[in-house]
Amino acid sequence: MMKERLLLKSETVPVIPNHVRFEFNEVRKEWVLLAPERALYPDKIAIEVLKKCDGKISIQLIGEDLAKKYKAPVEKIIEDIINMLQDLADKGFLKEC
Amino acid sequence: MLKKLKAPLAILAELSHRCPLSCAYCSNPVELVEKNKELDTDDWLRVIDEAADLGIHQIHFSGGEPTARKDLEQMVEHAHKRKLYTNLITSAVLLSRERLEKLKKLGLEHVQVSFQDSEKENANRIGNFKGGHEKKLEVAKWVRELGMPLTINAVMHRQNLHHLEDMIKMSVDLDADRLEVANVQYYGWALKNRAAFMPTKDQLESSMEIVEKARKDLKGILVIDYVLPDYYAKRPKSCMGGWGRQFLNISPEGKVLPCHAAETIKSFNFDNVKDKSLAWIWENSEPFNKFRGTDWMPSPCKTCDRREIDWGGCRCQALALTGDIGAVDPTCEFSPLHEKIFGSATEESSSEAPEFIYRLLSNKEVEPVKK
Ligand code: SF4
Repeated sequence: MMKERLLLKSETVPVIPNHVRFEFNEVRKEWVLLAPERALYPDKIAIEVLKKCDGKISIQLIGEDLAKKYKAPVEKIIEDIINMLQDLADKGFLKEC
Repeated sequence: MLKKLKAPLAILAELSHRCPLSCAYCSNPVELVEKNKELDTDDWLRVIDEAADLGIHQIHFSGGEPTARKDLEQMVEHAHKRKLYTNLITSAVLLSRERLEKLKKLGLEHVQVSFQDSEKENANRIGNFKGGHEKKLEVAKWVRELGMPLTINAVMHRQNLHHLEDMIKMSVDLDADRLEVANVQYYGWALKNRAAFMPTKDQLESSMEIVEKARKDLKGILVIDYVLPDYYAKRPKSCMGGWGRQFLNISPEGKVLPCHAAETIKSFNFDNVKDKSLAWIWENSEPFNKFRGTDWMPSPCKTCDRREIDWGGCRCQALALTGDIGAVDPTCEFSPLHEKIFGSATEESSSEAPEFIYRLLSNKEVEPVKK
């Protein structure tokens, strides 16, 4: 069976798969997303989003959290999160729980 | 801790030049490091510590063939303990399932398997290894069964580019995450066989179309990395993300190089991990500093708006093709030699492909590692 592209929606519960590591490098003092032959440095907002991709909460809830924190419209935040995470999902750096 | 520079991101550990295959396009240096000159286990474990202390993220175990080393397990285990992301770049023909499983348990996070072609006969002819292709397919399946991500590395050229579509299909069938379509790099052994490998312009045009289409159709299923071969490009690629900026490469005997091909530069003395720490070498080694940044650049590069994108291209290539290591990479249109070199390369590809010269090694003592 061929695998299918994961299309993120607001109810998707995203999780970082086992073979990808999202961690704080103590020597460099920066967050990094480590994947096969890739190292990505997420920006401040992306770091907050990725910290919440723990396989427990949906994109909807992540968005609501951030909307409260930044006093921004929920729909817009969710749209931004989906765009950002879809790109990671397409590279295989994010899964659905 | 480093005083003035950012630490490299990744380290390519060439554990051994020994390899069971003898690809005619091998990019290893023409003079290979013999087994008795290879770094020992303790040296490598110390290098791994030094890399972790520098904040390096990833370690790629490569070769030759890294599985020819019986202590690969120890290195993977140690690297994982020190939180380096571990990757094995292998031809796969020496691996048993038990060994792969053990490596995974010890912390191996990703495997890259090289393929010479999608078609058995041609693949085994190019690698000059009977049964190699079948074994690779088997190992690739094991990688996925064990739940590790898989990259297929396919070196494509004139004699197999017509199988590109099959190669993509093979990668999907193997449930690979990524396909890296590499073009033969013409230094090391490969330069001897350039005429046999140089793709034709038609081949390249259709390969670009195939890749574009597959990228669309397979979005979210297979990532395809593909770089246009240098000889047909108008601007150089950024080699290693810039000389001495992101990567360092350690040869089997411990020389620290800015890139895998840098030993072709005979005028340099590369520092060895046996004499100096990685941190010291990264900051102070003469070859690293020589072409780091933009100060060294020749005139068209110095003022070019791409100077911090391609960092002036590839030094090894500049040397191999122009004789001057400080010259503009002749891949670049602004190189005074671009026309001449571009012309001769494409001419080679329009005449009939000669037989290739196999790489036969005297130090070919690799057996599968028994447990
Ligand atoms: S002139 Fe130099 S910097 Fe500009 S594109 Fe060519 S190689 Fe790159």
